[in-house]
Amino acid sequence: MFSNILIYFVVIPVVMLGALALCRDIKQIRAVAVTGSVALTALSVWLLVEYLSLRAAGETAEMLFMGSWSWFTPLNINLAVGVDGISIAMLLLSSIILFTGSFASWEIPQPKEFFLWLILLSTGVYGFFISIDLFTMFMFYEVALIPMYLLIGVWGSGNKNYSAMKLTLMLMGGSAFLMLGLIGIYYHSAPAGQPLTWNILEIAKNDAISHGWQTFLFPMTFVGFGVLGAMFPFHTWSPDGHASAPTAVSMLHAGVLMKLGGYGCFRVAIFLMPQAANELAWIFLILTGISVVYGAFSACVQNDLKYINAYSSVSHCGLVLFAILMLNTTAMTGAIMQMLSHGLMTALFFALIGMIYGRTHTRDIREMGGLMQIMPYLSVCYVIAGMASLGLPGLSGFVAEMTIFVGSFEHADLFHRCFTIAACCSIVITAVYILRVVGKLLYGPVQDDHHRSLTDATWWERLSTATLIVCVAAIGCFPNFFADLIRFTFSPEIFTVLGMN
Amino acid sequence: MDYSQFLAMKQEIGLLIVFLLVFLYDTFFSKKAQGALPVVTCVLFALLTLFGFICPCMKESATAFGGMYFTSPVLAAIKNILNVGALIVMIQAVNWADSDFIKVRRGEFYELMLLTLFGMYLMMSSNHFLVFVIGLETASLPLAAMVAFNKNHFESHEAAVKYLLTAVFSSAIMLMGLSLVYATAGTLYYDGIFIAMLYSDINVMVIVALAFVIAGFGFKLSLVPFHLWTADVYQGAPTPVTSYLSVISKGSAAFAFLVVLTQAFGFLYADAWEWMLYALIILTITVGNLFAMRQRNMKRFLAFSSISQAGYIMLAIVGLNEMGVSALMFYVLVYIFSNLAAFGVIGSIEHATGKVDMDDYNGLYKTNPRLAVTMMLAMFSLAGIPPFAGFFSKFFVFTSALSGPGVGAALYVLVLIALINTIISLYYYLLVVKAMFINDSETPIATFRSACAQRLGMWVCTAGIIGLGIVSYFYDYLLTVVE
Repeated sequence: MFSNILIYFVVIPVVMLGALALCRDIKQIRAVAVTGSVALTALSVWLLVEYLSLRAAGETAEMLFMGSWSWFTPLNINLAVGVDGISIAMLLLSSIILFTGSFASWEIPQPKEFFLWLILLSTGVYGFFISIDLFTMFMFYEVALIPMYLLIGVWGSGNKNYSAMKLTLMLMGGSAFLMLGLIGIYYHSAPAGQPLTWNILEIAKNDAISHGWQTFLFPMTFVGFGVLGAMFPFHTWSPDGHASAPTAVSMLHAGVLMKLGGYGCFRVAIFLMPQAANELAWIFLILTGISVVYGAFSACVQNDLKYINAYSSVSHCGLVLFAILMLNTTAMTGAIMQMLSHGLMTALFFALIGMIYGRTHTRDIREMGGLMQIMPYLSVCYVIAGMASLGLPGLSGFVAEMTIFVGSFEHADLFHRCFTIAACCSIVITAVYILRVVGKLLYGPVQDDHHRSLTDATWWERLSTATLIVCVAAIGCFPNFFADLIRFTFSPEIFTVLGMN
Repeated sequence: MDYSQFLAMKQEIGLLIVFLLVFLYDTFFSKKAQGALPVVTCVLFALLTLFGFICPCMKESATAFGGMYFTSPVLAAIKNILNVGALIVMIQAVNWADSDFIKVRRGEFYELMLLTLFGMYLMMSSNHFLVFVIGLETASLPLAAMVAFNKNHFESHEAAVKYLLTAVFSSAIMLMGLSLVYATAGTLYYDGIFIAMLYSDINVMVIVALAFVIAGFGFKLSLVPFHLWTADVYQGAPTPVTSYLSVISKGSAAFAFLVVLTQAFGFLYADAWEWMLYALIILTITVGNLFAMRQRNMKRFLAFSSISQAGYIMLAIVGLNEMGVSALMFYVLVYIFSNLAAFGVIGSIEHATGKVDMDDYNGLYKTNPRLAVTMMLAMFSLAGIPPFAGFFSKFFVFTSALSGPGVGAALYVLVLIALINTIISLYYYLLVVKAMFINDSETPIATFRSACAQRLGMWVCTAGIIGLGIVSYFYDYLLTVVE
């Protein structure tokens, strides 16, 4: 079992949990958090290199580094792992955000408990991305959800009790639908007479889910994951939750956890039930289309920095699901790029907001101004994040959104065209709310004289933000590298079923 | 009469031996030696439990008394599971039994408890309704005495009267049903009834008889709408008795219910009781959950939580398959550990400070972190959060309900309702977590060290909550036993 590299993505966090439990003071805790996240990042990079070299050597299997260990044998439940380009991209993203998140919570109160929950959350995230068995996938998914409650409830700010409860219950509500969907998939995973299976690849190969069941199970799973992907009208947990959460949790949640939703929609709902996806995509296209536009408009009228960014996340994550539902290679590549791009960008945003809030003790943009003179480093970073968000070429947002819209325009019918154009408009609205904040917050007159004495970023804050900016720029400058990594892995079967490409 | 058939009842006889030893110890030993009685009982009972697990002779299938009694590996397994639960209850009760007012009567407590357990064994092992009724009464009546054990508290008396009346009333209803069954089938043997039902038309009398029997079980299991006694009794009874009522009594009744429904009324599944169960499950889970949300007293809170948990246990019966039986047993096992962990914490805090309100738990993590974490694990396990055992048991129950060919939309709807209810239950379980971890309190419960026995009980429960799910051996074992 331990000869498989993937298993270490779960082993390392578990070891970290044990080490944290033994820590005595904050220095040890920081050491464990940083060492662990560096190890995970190194592991992700190494996995990426290995993966690319295997692919270059002509390996054509759908998933690499596969392994399967029997768990509950009578129910055919295995701990099955395997990765393709998409999961590797997600693992890399998680590692980077965990790394930067550890630095962003350098001076958190009650650090031991905080990091214990945070690492438990990331255990769930990593486990989810490496699993190809529906049961373990679902289990890790729920493991990732529940620490949020205490992370927000104990370390959060503002109306934290309400937000924490709302977030937890809504996400768990989504997973209730998901659980039913997954059990349903299991019972139709193989043709009559053959052993049932939870393994995603085998289910896809068997292609045994009848059309009628697909139309029932697809909405269940899509909505189940869609709640975490902030799909309208199930997005309402997101603004409150993100606004109340502490910095590192917002980063990890918006940056990685919301991607679990998009990834699950793609990997489970669409991959396993392509016919139903093809038929029912229009319903969800309407919903996600609304997310995209409505999220952007809502961001325009907010005054709280975190709310602005949370609604912007609704809009951008909506775009991910929107692109997935276009059901073609280009748009889906765009969707994965958007996941990466949004993950990094929004983590950067939340990190910066946390740092600014830590100094000014307010997040209301009406009470702040002229920060460019006071804390130039943080302000410049904020501008860069904003530019990435509104899609400036050379940064990640442009690449992702461009790919998505090009892919969407491949559909020639009126319905798709209308929604694509509407979604395109959201870019303009994004520019409105980003530039509004930049103008007021960074350039306007200084609103509060106390702010003049504030200091600029510390070394750990600089490290955290600089890492994220480098990654955002890397995607923007070398999009082909990531596009190849992702594109190579779309399984041909799903598209033959859909009759596309 | 062939006396060797008594040997079929190995577990019952073992239990009676333990009972007699405790009884003799209690009666004949000096007052000084009496102090060791709880420990002696626990040790004896632990030996019996251990023996049940390791000795293969305990697990043979056998019948006795003209087929009125039967035992099988499955029954041996569920009895072992209940033994483990009863053992934990006994361990947790040690300190309570040594307290000032209870001290003089502690022997009675353990004796009554062993007797009720004997009744529960008979209930599950019977193949004839007469034996069943004897078991039922043996299990119910001593429990009323146990509920009244806090002599100095009027709540305890009130609870005992409520429990006694309900128990008698439900027995009466069930006996009414059984007499109707006898009128139709002409026999009280389970298999005889099954065959008689097979060859006769399904008429109103059979359905009414079945409804009476199910109602009788409903009282025992506190299914809605037969649940009204539960909260008051749980609140009024001493905490060890409450925990015994909520896990052991409930677990055994659930299994006996399964046996009766499948062995005696199996033929009426599609015609009658499938739909009755649907209605009962939906009502039980939903009403239990909705009432639990408003409770501030921890024991009442767990009473309503245990009502809704009974609904999930019933869900395992609905599927009517082998997987369901093993899922039921596994659920009961996990439920024993989770609920007893919660009751362990409540009992410990009550013993030390006398506080049982949820508001008293505010800020518990700051003063008693271990108790708070144990309670949190119990809550998460009851709510079905992975990686704790409750998640697995819930998952297996849902999976078993949907297994089998030709599962229709109705079952999917039922499971969906149950799943949505897990969200409601998560809400109120999180309220406890919130009180302990998030809320601040000006007068938190002072830091204290629980007594040794209570800590032992909680450690065992915590190990169960963490280990039972992740280690697949337990579920696999139960499934192989069933098959």
